[in-house]
Amino acid sequence: MPVEIAAPKLEVRTSASPPETNGKAKVAVRDLDFFYGRVQALHSISLEIPERIVMAFIGPSGCGKSTFLRTLNRMNDVIPGTRVGGRVLIDDHDIYAPGTDVVELRRRVGMVFQKSNPFPKSIFDNVAYGLRINRLTNSNSELAGRVEQALKDAALWNEVKDRLKTSALSLSGGQQQRLCIARALAIRPEVLLMDEPASALDPIATSKIEELIFDLKKQYTIVIVTHNMQQAARVSDTTAFFLLGKLIEVNSTEKMFTAPNEKLTEDYITGRFG
Amino acid sequence: MVNYSNADRMRRGISTLMTTLTGLCTLLAVGALLIILFYIAYRGLGAINLQFLIDRPRPVGEGGGIGNAILGSLLLLLISSAFGLPLGICVGIYLSEIGRGRFGGVVRFIVDTLTGIPSIVTGVFVYALVVLPMRHFSAMAGGVALALIMIPIVARTTEEMLKLVPHSMREGALALGAPQWRVILGVVVPAAAPGIATGAMLAIARVSGETAPLLFTAFGSRFFPESLNQPIASLTVQIYNYAISPYDEWHAQAWAATLVLMTLVLGINIIVRFLTRKKF
Repeated sequence: MPVEIAAPKLEVRTSASPPETNGKAKVAVRDLDFFYGRVQALHSISLEIPERIVMAFIGPSGCGKSTFLRTLNRMNDVIPGTRVGGRVLIDDHDIYAPGTDVVELRRRVGMVFQKSNPFPKSIFDNVAYGLRINRLTNSNSELAGRVEQALKDAALWNEVKDRLKTSALSLSGGQQQRLCIARALAIRPEVLLMDEPASALDPIATSKIEELIFDLKKQYTIVIVTHNMQQAARVSDTTAFFLLGKLIEVNSTEKMFTAPNEKLTEDYITGRFG
Repeated sequence: MVNYSNADRMRRGISTLMTTLTGLCTLLAVGALLIILFYIAYRGLGAINLQFLIDRPRPVGEGGGIGNAILGSLLLLLISSAFGLPLGICVGIYLSEIGRGRFGGVVRFIVDTLTGIPSIVTGVFVYALVVLPMRHFSAMAGGVALALIMIPIVARTTEEMLKLVPHSMREGALALGAPQWRVILGVVVPAAAPGIATGAMLAIARVSGETAPLLFTAFGSRFFPESLNQPIASLTVQIYNYAISPYDEWHAQAWAATLVLMTLVLGINIIVRFLTRKKF
């Protein structure tokens, strides 16, 4: 039986309790609205993401979690006809304020996409791309060092160290996705956004990426969108549940999956809809 | 023994019929092309020798060659490519990456219209715009006329090829903090390079066969080119002049020049494909 989702019930957003933070908020979102043309995709979302944790976004398809993720580095700017209301603060600076340097913002807030998207260049050049365009290294040896480190951080170095000059497109799907993660890590962003990074991968590649996320949170603040609730439970510290463009609940992952505050969350997690 | 129903037989019948039809059409198109190629080779090969390739035209009975026309055609292609390819590629990039909305639509419509303009009109246009103010025919004017024909072809093929580059690739580069111009020049255009080169090839092949726009612009010449500011010979105009002449010797030379022209286009095609082959 599908649950009747009554609109008034969704207005009850206040019980979305703030997560137990282990640091100051890296990202703070205040009353964020988002529109694709006339269609409102996000309704007044407020959320804080503490530093150096992994936060997972869960919710059924089309609930707005990817859209929300993409507002955090203004990736939606490239889609014509979109509009944003409210504020997104990163380190207390509003990224939608006039005069914000979007290029600089995306340098600090990296992103890994659902479908791996390596450039048709060599493995080395893929990872070096962000370093080169942002002039982050002073010498070729420094560049090579950063590329190697990024590939090691993404747990890909041992598989590709002997063929850095070959095409990135010759890698397997799982390797390509880890290459894209390495590419994002190479410029050392402060926040890493991951939009269902393992959805097209087999279980072995998925577990590699999950281990990777676990390691990365020592250095980075990570936000991951996932359809897979086991994955959310495995990798994240905090979980946010979205439904129909609204944020229903934010809670520590443990609490979310054992005793959520909201009935809707419980219904979704126990598989009653979605 | 399987019993086929009438519907099955019908389906197989139609399938066989359509396969045969498409095969026949292919055969017809390729066959016509091959016949043309072989006939030109058959008529042209006899008159080709080293002297013919390097000498300039001589009066009837004294031999002579098309060396100046080969050089002239190459120079004209060089001039037109130097103007037409970069401009056309830039328009294509604009249409695909930047010009969304109404203005982009207007530009696209104009480009499409330009593609359909008869080349002789382009010739007359350049005659009025370049030749008359300069008061003489010139290689430059010929090159400009050919470039104007190239631009819309190159622009549209470039646009189509750039649109085939997945959007995720642009987003990937943007997410790494790349400004738009670096995304376009560093990622999108290289990814589409083989396709853009094919478009450029098509444009070069197309203008290398043009005669009409050169009649009022480059005009033709019986001498080797000394300056781009003077009239210049070209293979197509030479072929035209020889073909309408009453002399058998010049007819043979026209066939040979045609063969040379085709080989030239083929050669450029192979070189461009080699230079832009897929590296990754």
